[in-house]
Amino acid sequence: MVAFASFGAPHTRITQDRGPAEADVDTDEDMDEGAGTARLAMPGEPITSAQAFMRGHGTYVDREDVVASVAGTVERVNKLITVRPLRARYSPEVGDLVVGRITEVQPKRWKVDAGGRQDAVLMLSSVNLPGGVQRRKLEADELQMRAFFEEGDLLVAEVQAFFSDGAMSLHTRSLRYGKLRNGMLVCVPPALVRRLKSHFIALASGVDLVLGLNGYIWISKHVRDDAQAGEDGFDAAAVYSNKNDDIDDATRAAIARVANLVRVLAAHSVPLSDTVLLEAYEWAVDQDWEVKDLVREDVAEALVAAVASR
Amino acid sequence: MSRPRGPTRLSKPYPGSRIEILNDASLRSEGRRPTELRAPTFEVVPGGADSADGSASASMGLTSVRVEVFGPREGRSRAQTLHDRASVNVEVVWVAFGEAGRRRRGRGDRRVAELTSSLRDTFQPAILTALYPRAQIDIHVHILAHDGALLSTCINATSLALLSAGVPMRDLVAAVTAGVHGSTVLCDLTALEEADMPSATVAVLPRSGKVALVGMETRLHVERFGEMFDVARRAAGVLCAEMRAVARGRAREILDAMDSGPAVLREGENDSGAVMVEE
Repeated sequence: MVAFASFGAPHTRITQDRGPAEADVDTDEDMDEGAGTARLAMPGEPITSAQAFMRGHGTYVDREDVVASVAGTVERVNKLITVRPLRARYSPEVGDLVVGRITEVQPKRWKVDAGGRQDAVLMLSSVNLPGGVQRRKLEADELQMRAFFEEGDLLVAEVQAFFSDGAMSLHTRSLRYGKLRNGMLVCVPPALVRRLKSHFIALASGVDLVLGLNGYIWISKHVRDDAQAGEDGFDAAAVYSNKNDDIDDATRAAIARVANLVRVLAAHSVPLSDTVLLEAYEWAVDQDWEVKDLVREDVAEALVAAVASR
Repeated sequence: MSRPRGPTRLSKPYPGSRIEILNDASLRSEGRRPTELRAPTFEVVPGGADSADGSASASMGLTSVRVEVFGPREGRSRAQTLHDRASVNVEVVWVAFGEAGRRRRGRGDRRVAELTSSLRDTFQPAILTALYPRAQIDIHVHILAHDGALLSTCINATSLALLSAGVPMRDLVAAVTAGVHGSTVLCDLTALEEADMPSATVAVLPRSGKVALVGMETRLHVERFGEMFDVARRAAGVLCAEMRAVARGRAREILDAMDSGPAVLREGENDSGAVMVEE
């Protein structure tokens, strides 16, 4: 048997007189941040005194100190100290627009994977059903819940409320919300999707985007605004349909191009917004890159540089 | 990770002989001093929703481990769901080329099972699980190469992976393996040394100085233990500072990348030509 003896180059020498490593954070540092650079905290690093400040998310109190529990930027609102993690799972807020996938059908509710720390809940009473928006939900509806959403279906919804254990409750009671079809899903870290005026974006090339605040991004063929609404504003057959429309090759290529752009921007930690996506798309078309070339490292870097410079 | 530059040597020059742990100049087989650590490399990979929520790799000399963290997410099995906190689930995979001799270690392997339970017991108290009731945190450990100090490398990599996944922890857990040769304490043992002397793995939470794990599989005189334990604990503190520096550098990079992007359009500034769908 052959064993290797390792000759690592710069060895870390431990001197006997060196005590436990102290975190290089100045506890007495003024909480007001300096010129624009956000202060970073790592788990276990003391941020400030617990007597003068209150602990918020991402921190805990250990004896006299408020200590960070996640790696992120320190933020302060008056006396409240929070650490916002750089990367974490989606933490929902009421009114957020999310894209999710049905994982389970349960009595009177669907379970939805929306990238949170628990599956979200979509109650039968929070969806629009055929035959009038205001009608009561009957037992018959409960028995045919799979006719509306079944496992694996994607949907866009809004966060309505929270349960006592922190799980979010969704609703789709708007003509904009509901089942998704004619497109593809791309997942990015939720921190990269910021709150925008509208999370429904229509690019000029016949591609629609739904930027879910949970980092799930739906890229689909453009539908005319009036096509979704049928009789008295709601066409159940179209809303709950499982069949894609015909999508021509040019649209398919455009969808794939947008998907690759989103992936590339996310991989380089560029926050996504309507302007960024539009500029990235224009750049990709101007430069005449093939869809598949966009994920090449050199092209990706040129893209990120081009978007950042504008 | 650097390949050995010097001549490789057989573990035992001929049957029955023992290797020289410390030579006359009190240097170890690779030229290290007794309490010197091998060159550690840490890499923190930020999480994306497409794959793991966070991942990291760590290597100490030739021991190399990669860890991926998923969650906190909805528990996959009802029976395992805890109603007041998150459950921590560890899986260790020992890749086929991860050990000399190409021994296959499946899920039922005793050492793999022991690594799994040691890792779970180390991190369950370090993670603030009470914040995530009914959720599950999955830690997948891949052992890519094994040359001693395996458990401590796994612990260090897992710490960084949890950090990159944004899982709240009391502190970064850092671990070091130490052994005793004669009356000398050695840090960060290679597989060769581990086979030849009593050793223990010590994991600490450097901030509070609390010990998260002490694992010893060999016999050692009780008078020798104290000194070995103390050296390992302090070495772990030094290693933790190193891990923090790597994580901080990576965090700064991400932050800069996120800031360098163009500013998000404010209301009423929409001159980009994007067709905004009004609510």
